[in-house]
Amino acid sequence: MNLPAASFGLFGEAFEFVFSGREAETGGVTVGGTSQVLDLAARQLEVTLLALAVAVLLALPAGLLLGHYGRGEFLAVSAGNAGRAIPELALIALMAAAVGVGMFNLVVALAILGIPPILTNTFVGIRQVDRSSVEAARGMGMTERKIITRVELPLAVPTIMGGVRTAAINIIATATIAPLAGILTLGDFIIARNVYGDAGVLAGAVLVALMALALEAALAGAQWAMTSRGMKLKRS
Amino acid sequence: MSKRYPGAEAFAVEELDFEVPAGEICVLVGPSGCGKTTALRMVNRTVEMTSGDISIGGNSIREGDPAQLRREIGYVIQQIGLFPHRTIAENIGTVPTLLNWEKDRVRARSAELLELIGLDPEYGDRYPSQLSGGQQQRVGVARALAADPPVMLMDEPFGAIDPINRSRLQNEFLRLQAELRKTVLFVTHDVDEAIKMGDRVAVLKKGGRLAQFASPTGLLMEPADDFVEDFVGADRALKRLALMRVRDVDLWTAPLAQAGDPCEPVRTAVAAAEVPHALLVDNESRPLGWLSRRDLAGESVPENADSTADPLIDADSVLRDGLATLLQSGSLYAPVVDPRGRLTGVLSVEIVSDFLSSREASESELSAAERPHD
Amino acid sequence: MTEFLAVTAAVDESFFTDRSGGGCIQENRLFCPDWVTDNYDRYLDPTLEHLILVGSAVAAGFLIAFALAVFAHRHRWLQTPFLAGTGILYTIPSISFFFLLLPLTGRGAMTAIIALTAFNLQIIFRNITTGLRNVPPDVTEAARGIGLTRSQVLRQVELPLALPEIIAGLRIATVSTVALATLAVFANGGGLGAEIVTGSNITFKTGIIVAGSIAVLMAILFDAVLLLARKALTPWQRAAP
Ligand SMILES: Nc1ncnc2c1ncn2[C@@H]1O[C@H](COP(=O)(O)OP(=O)(O)OP(=O)(O)O)[C@@H](O)[C@H]1O
Ligand SMILES: [Mg+2]
Repeated sequence: MNLPAASFGLFGEAFEFVFSGREAETGGVTVGGTSQVLDLAARQLEVTLLALAVAVLLALPAGLLLGHYGRGEFLAVSAGNAGRAIPELALIALMAAAVGVGMFNLVVALAILGIPPILTNTFVGIRQVDRSSVEAARGMGMTERKIITRVELPLAVPTIMGGVRTAAINIIATATIAPLAGILTLGDFIIARNVYGDAGVLAGAVLVALMALALEAALAGAQWAMTSRGMKLKRS
Repeated sequence: MSKRYPGAEAFAVEELDFEVPAGEICVLVGPSGCGKTTALRMVNRTVEMTSGDISIGGNSIREGDPAQLRREIGYVIQQIGLFPHRTIAENIGTVPTLLNWEKDRVRARSAELLELIGLDPEYGDRYPSQLSGGQQQRVGVARALAADPPVMLMDEPFGAIDPINRSRLQNEFLRLQAELRKTVLFVTHDVDEAIKMGDRVAVLKKGGRLAQFASPTGLLMEPADDFVEDFVGADRALKRLALMRVRDVDLWTAPLAQAGDPCEPVRTAVAAAEVPHALLVDNESRPLGWLSRRDLAGESVPENADSTADPLIDADSVLRDGLATLLQSGSLYAPVVDPRGRLTGVLSVEIVSDFLSSREASESELSAAERPHD
Repeated sequence: MTEFLAVTAAVDESFFTDRSGGGCIQENRLFCPDWVTDNYDRYLDPTLEHLILVGSAVAAGFLIAFALAVFAHRHRWLQTPFLAGTGILYTIPSISFFFLLLPLTGRGAMTAIIALTAFNLQIIFRNITTGLRNVPPDVTEAARGIGLTRSQVLRQVELPLALPEIIAGLRIATVSTVALATLAVFANGGGLGAEIVTGSNITFKTGIIVAGSIAVLMAILFDAVLLLARKALTPWQRAAP
C-alpha cells in the first residue's frame, strides 16, 4: 500500500502503521501491519469476552436469587458503588505484581471489574418487576424457578443488559492495559510507545475505540433482540 | 371560544360562550373528559385558544404577557400541585414573591392566609408531604388567593378529599367568598357540588358544548334538554332542598309556655294550634322541651318537660339537612333556632312536602338563588 | 515489554532505598508499612494532581452536560441524539481517548482532563435529564398556571426537584473518574497513576497498594461530600411525611 502518508499527518502514519507496518522506533524490525493488528485485536476480544462471561456467570445467578428472595439489598447495591471506586490500573498492576502475570490472573482481575455492575443491575432489575406479575405467576402454579426464568428474568432484561454493557465497556477498556499483566492486546501499541512510536499509539487508540464501540453496538443489538415485544411497545 | 388540540379530530371545547358577572361563582360542570379543564385553562392561557376570545373586565386576555396575566388570576389545579421542595409558607408566598413584594409583607400575607384557611401558623414551616390531602387542598386555595387576584380559576379544588371534609371545605370556601367576593370559575363533575357552590352553573356536554347556563334553581326546575335532565339526575326535586335555607320557608308555630305559667290557656292553645304540642321555653325563648298532656294536667307549667326539645334545627342550615335531621330522629316536629338559640318556628315533614309541590315556593327559591350565599 | 516503562516517569534515585533499613522493600513483600511512614510525602503532589484532574473533569463535564440537558429539556427531540453522542464518548475507553487527542492536544494533564470529561458527560447528562423528566407534571403545571415564566419554572421548580437525581449522577461520575484518572499517567497527565507505574517498575507492591488506596479513599471522600451536599440541599426530603 502506497499512501501519501505525510498529507494525513499523524493519522496517515497511523493508517500506514495498521495496514502496512512501520519501522520500529528502536530500529531494525517492522512493527504493526495487519497481521499483528489482527493478532492483538483477537487477543483483546478474547480476554474481554472471557472475563465478561465469567462475570455474567457469577453475578447473574447471584443477582437473580438475591433479587427474587429480596435478600442482601445492601450488599447488592453497594457492590455497584464499590466497584466503580476500584482503580483499574492499581487492580491490574497489583494482580500482576502480587499474584503473577498470565491469562488466568488477568481474566480474574477483569471479571472482578465486571461483577459489580451486573450484580447490582440484576438485583435492581428483578426487584423492579411488578410484584403483582409475580403473585399472578405463583397463583397460576409456577414453581419459583419458573417464576425467575419465565417472568422476572424477561421483564428485567433491559436493566440487566444495562449492567452487562457497563461491565463490558469497563472490561474492554481495562483489557487495553493488559500488557502490564503480560498479555499483549491492542493496548501494547499505546503503552509501548518507545517501540511503536506515535503512529502506533494513535493507531492503537483508534482501534481500541472502534472495538469498544463495536462491542457496545453488538450488546445493544443483543439487548434489543432479547427484550420481549410487549416491553418494547410499552417503552415507545 | 373554541379549542382543538393539535392532532385531534374533534374540538375539546367548541363555541363556548357565556358571561360571568363580577363577584359571582360560576360553576362549569359536566361528565369526565367533556372539556372543563381545557375551558378553564384557556382563561389563563395555559392552553391557547384555537379561535374566539376571552375578556376579563373588558380587556382581552390575548393582549400582553401570559405569565403576567396568570399572576393576576388565582389558579387551583385539579391535582393540587404544591411545590414539594418549598414550605407551606413559601408555597403560599410564591406569587407575591414573583410580584416583588417585600419579604416581610410576603411572610405576613402567608400567615394571614394560613389563618384564613384555618391552619395553625406552625404549619407554615412544614413541607407539603407533611400535610393531609385536605390540608394540601386548602393550601392550594390559599396559594391561589395570595396576591388577592380578582379572578379565581378552581379546577375540582375539593376533588381529592372524603365527602365529610369536602363538605366542610365547601362551606369554608362559601364563607370566604361572602367576604372576598372574587369572580370564580369553578370546575367540578359533581352536580351536587355545582348546585351548592354556584351562583350560576354552566353544564357542558362532550366536546365542550354548552348544554345549559342557568342559576342552580333554573337548572333544577327547567332542564334545557334530556342531557341536562339526565345529568342533573332523577332526584332533582330533592336537590332543590339544598338550595333553600330553613329560615326561608314558612315555619309552623307551636304554643309556648314558661315554667310557672297557668296551664289552662296553654291547653286551649294546643287544641287550636298547627303543632299539637306545647314547647317549654325559657325567658329568652330558648326551647327547653316538649310539654306532654301530663305536664299540662296540673295548675301551673312545671320546671321540666317530659321530653327534651331535641333535635334542634339551625335556621341557617339548608332544608335538605333539616329534613334529614327530622327523619333521623323519628320525630314529626323539630324546633328551629337562630344562632343564639332562640326559637324561630317549628319544622315538620309536611312543610317540606308542601314546599316541594307548591308553585309559589319555586318562585321564592328563584329569588333566593339570586341572593349571595353566606 | 519492560522497555516502555522507562518513559512513564523519571527514575527516582532514592526509590529503592528503604530508609528504615529493613529488608521488606528489597524483598518486595506485599505491604511494607515502613515505606508509608518514610515516604508519605512523595504522595502529596500526585494526590493533588489527581484531585485537580478529577475536579476539573467533573466540573467541565457537569457544565457541558448541564447546558446540553437544559437545552434538550426545551427541545425534546434533541435528547436522543445527545444521549447517543455522549454515549459514544462514554464508550470510548479513556486510555484510547487520551491518544485520539494526541494530534490535537498532545500529551499532558489537559489531554487527560478532556478525555475524562468526555467520559463523564453521559452519566451526568442522563441523570439531569431523568431528574427533570421525573418532576411531577402537576407541579410544573401549577407553577406555570400561577404565573412563573418558563425559566422561572426551570430555576425555581424543576431544577431543585431534580437535584437528588443530579447529585446522584455527580456521585457516579466522580467516583468513576477518580478510578479512571489513574490511567492519566499514560498521557503524561500525572496523578496517582504515576505512583502505580513508578519509575521503571510496576512490580513494587507497596507502592501500588498505597497509591490505589489513596484513590479509593479519595473516591469515598468525594462520595461522602456529595451525599452530605444532597442532604443539605434537599431539606424537604428529610421532612417526615
Ligand atoms: N394536552 C392535550 N392534548 C390533547 N388532547 C387533550 C389534552 N388535554 C385534554 N385533551 C382532550 O380534550 C378533552 C377534554 O379534556 P379535559 O381535560 O378538558 O376534560 P375534563 O372535562 O377536565 O375532564 P375531567 O373531569 O376528567 O378532568 C378530552 O377528550 C381529552 O382527551
Ligand atoms: Mg379536568
